[in-house]
Amino acid sequence: MPITKRSRLSRVAASTVAVALGATALAACGSDDGDSKTASGPVSLTYWTWTPGMDKVVDLWNKGQGKKDQITVTVKKQASGDTLVTKILTAHKAGKAPDLVQAEYQALPTLVSNDALADIAKDVGDAKDKFAEGVWQQTTLGTDAVYAVPQDIGPMMFYYRQDLFKKYGLTVPTTWDEFAETARALKKKSPGTDLTTFSASDSGLFAGLAQQAGAQWWTTEGDKWKVAINDAATKKVADFWGGLVKEGAVDNQPMYTPAWNKALNTGKQIAWVSAVWAPGTLTTAAPDTKGKWAMAPLPQWTAGEHRTGSWGGSSTGVTTDSKHQEAAAKFAAWLNTDDAALTALAKDSGIYPAATNAQTSGAFAQAPEYFSNQADFYTKAAEIAKTTAPSAWGPNVNVAYTAFNDAFGAAAKNKSDFAAALDTMQAATVADLKKQGFGVSE
Amino acid sequence: MTSARRKPYGVKGAPYAFLIPATVLFLVFFALPIGYAIWLSFRKVHVSGLGLGKGAREEVWAGLSNYTAALHDSELLHGALRVLGYGCIVVPVMLGLALLFALMLDSDKVRFTPFTRLAIFLPYAIPGVVAAMLWGFLYLPDVSPFYYVLDKLGLPQPDLLSGGPLYAALSNIAVWGGTGFNMIVIYTALQAIPAEVYEAAKLDGATPRQVALKIKIPMVAPSLVLTFFFSIIATLQVYNEPTTLKPLTNSVSTTWSPLMKVYRDAFGTNDIYAAAAQAVIIALATLLLSFGFLRAANRRQKQEAAR
Repeated sequence: MPITKRSRLSRVAASTVAVALGATALAACGSDDGDSKTASGPVSLTYWTWTPGMDKVVDLWNKGQGKKDQITVTVKKQASGDTLVTKILTAHKAGKAPDLVQAEYQALPTLVSNDALADIAKDVGDAKDKFAEGVWQQTTLGTDAVYAVPQDIGPMMFYYRQDLFKKYGLTVPTTWDEFAETARALKKKSPGTDLTTFSASDSGLFAGLAQQAGAQWWTTEGDKWKVAINDAATKKVADFWGGLVKEGAVDNQPMYTPAWNKALNTGKQIAWVSAVWAPGTLTTAAPDTKGKWAMAPLPQWTAGEHRTGSWGGSSTGVTTDSKHQEAAAKFAAWLNTDDAALTALAKDSGIYPAATNAQTSGAFAQAPEYFSNQADFYTKAAEIAKTTAPSAWGPNVNVAYTAFNDAFGAAAKNKSDFAAALDTMQAATVADLKKQGFGVSE
Repeated sequence: MTSARRKPYGVKGAPYAFLIPATVLFLVFFALPIGYAIWLSFRKVHVSGLGLGKGAREEVWAGLSNYTAALHDSELLHGALRVLGYGCIVVPVMLGLALLFALMLDSDKVRFTPFTRLAIFLPYAIPGVVAAMLWGFLYLPDVSPFYYVLDKLGLPQPDLLSGGPLYAALSNIAVWGGTGFNMIVIYTALQAIPAEVYEAAKLDGATPRQVALKIKIPMVAPSLVLTFFFSIIATLQVYNEPTTLKPLTNSVSTTWSPLMKVYRDAFGTNDIYAAAAQAVIIALATLLLSFGFLRAANRRQKQEAAR
């Protein structure tokens, strides 16, 4: 009897070793840089994305083009934004990142800097013409490489309560000066009501506003990064909002809280600087005010100008860990340029496509249900999208964004100097780059 | 018969064989991750130039630089001070209430003991994040029923989500959630006190109050020490409550508590090396504080026993 026991034990030991060996073998596969990347024959790819309804869109591929090319894509649903970046980087460390990933534009330099994204210029370079130049440039990082295919964009717009603007006798601001006047006029007429709020938890919104003002936060000079978060353009934006918060013309509480939802729903806040995806948010945040909102272009810094920033938007990238980069790139290009795919993305996932011809396609003929009172919603949106100012992201956007949360959170709370908070953000970003060893030009 | 047969198969080896599962589990799930974290804390990333493309980023030896940076980091220090202030409210209030409730439940005059015990214990069964969200909603003036009532009564409406009241608001969540657990620990110890001790006290003419102060509390001192010990650790590791309240207010920064800073550095700014060093420092501080307290408590008990 003891013999069997012992042999069972050694069997367990043996299988443990086998598992361990298997793991190393897998790891070895993952980091294998051999010529298997262009392997032919049936290929199956994994795709990490947070877009809702993506599995339906991918089904179209698997049943159509993908079947022909013998490329099957499997969707693995993920949490959005920064969490996914961390997850991709961790998986990449183990050499096990999926073949395809969804990434926000501002995360691309971080991913590329970690060598997680492959250059797919030769496979998707032809798609360039389908996108606005400013959008495409975000996926090249100003190099000859192409690290992702643009999927959706978030051109910024101004949303307001049409009925309440009329009630308080306000006109839709076309410049930021008018915006400030509107905020003050509203405070005079109804002290308990705010035009909007400055949210210190939405770094993307602030980045978009700075982008509209002409800021270029990260640029390269030779082999050095130049960080200009506290440049004149951004300072102008920070001082503008800091002034409004200080004089109490706008609220200083964060967005996306139960209190904020209620303020929008009950008319305590009557406008929102947001992006093209706002109808979706308003539908859940302010369901009772459906049909009472309208959209207008973002106020301008100089009258007569037409510029906007972006808040949100993402792309599809192929990882360096993928053993089938060519096939993956083929899918990424199909997903974001093929008419059927884009229609499905609009219908099943509710995204606003980066591909310019899709913005005026049949899927966007009708206004979103929440904005049924504004029939030309998407015609206007497509026009505004064309005026998006170029953006410039760097390899540590995440550091700048957390610095924004803390510094502007404190400044908004204390109603203190926003320009000082901006300097803190700049200093934290530069210090982090230097600490990591990046070349930084002062 | 069996003993005669077993001998040849090495009784000496048997204990080690029995130890293997525990040892393996300990090594794989405890020693290895901790060892890896310590290893990471001595490393850092070095990027050259623009840091784009292959081979631009490598992991290098950092020596103690992550540790010196963490110890000189004012954010980490401020986080520790905030947590200290928070702990000064949570621990006394929570343990005081737990003791009070336990004593009350243990007295003969209370009716519906099982129900009351369950009612006080129930918040502990609610996950910390859910509890924090629940209270967060109650703290937000625009959606809170409390503020509605205060408003109707024309009473002042304090801003609970900033400044000093924020500490009270955060402590309240911890006290609400933790009192029940500590009460049960103390209450169980009270139940274990033999009845003859009470009888003797009664015969000596002790009032219920004297019984509580002079008999019950000293006799449950070991449980009080234990609950205190747990509470210190829980306080040093506070993370759920401030993280959940963070989106609701500008007053909670991403580095409000030391653990939040570890999380931010590891997952917000992708610097796992600095995060590892801070985690090691926090672990050491927790060990020092909690075991320091245990030793002090033990010494006292021994002294008292010797007296």
